[in-house]
Amino acid sequence: MPDRTLTLALMDAPYEAAASTTAFRIIAAALAKDIAVNVFAYEGAVCLTQKDQAPHANPVKGTTVEQEEHPTTKDLVAGLMDPRLTWVNCGLCVDERGAGNWIDGVKRGGPPDFFKMAVESTTTLVIPTR
Amino acid sequence: MTQGQYVFIESRDPFESSDTGFVADAAIALRERGREVAVFLLQNGVLATRAAAQRGHVGRLVEAGVSVLADDFSLRERGIDARDCRDGVQEASIGTLVDLMMRPNTKTVWH
Repeated sequence: MPDRTLTLALMDAPYEAAASTTAFRIIAAALAKDIAVNVFAYEGAVCLTQKDQAPHANPVKGTTVEQEEHPTTKDLVAGLMDPRLTWVNCGLCVDERGAGNWIDGVKRGGPPDFFKMAVESTTTLVIPTR
Repeated sequence: MTQGQYVFIESRDPFESSDTGFVADAAIALRERGREVAVFLLQNGVLATRAAAQRGHVGRLVEAGVSVLADDFSLRERGIDARDCRDGVQEASIGTLVDLMMRPNTKTVWH
């Protein structure tokens, strides 16, 4: 396993903020540098991994689902999945939103998990909602 | 005060969010106290980098000795050529941000 670990706390719900894309880029860059990554998804960010997300067509442009190639956050996260990536969704936030159907590789946890991750990591970055 | 290095990630447009000034103030105050400080501009934060911009905090950050970096992806998305950025702004990749954050004894703050 890598000797360095980056922990991220995410809060933004899917399709709302550029910060989600930035977080994915940070995760990918860290993994490429053989840095282990912990993600604690809190509040709306627990929906990033929701399996039920579906791409859509774009009737304004007249494109089909296939032509549109609409990226879903669950597919983006699935693309990041790696043995060095630990992704924990806050259980209370999940229950509030009824968002417990996740892609493979995601765990249920809570703020104590985030505390443990932060204490044990090389560094921690919190990306809050605005 | 904690010794070490500081990285401020500025994601907000200075023309829309006046509180970007607080980040610049904090970065400069830390630099004046001898800390190594970097401000990494990304998302709409890079809108501050244009040399022709009449407002923003990039100039005083550079003058204070704070390292100012701008995310290449965010610049490209917004049609900003690195050659059009204010002097002292360095174009950087997201990998550079990861390297900055992972240095020992470094605090990173997102705004």
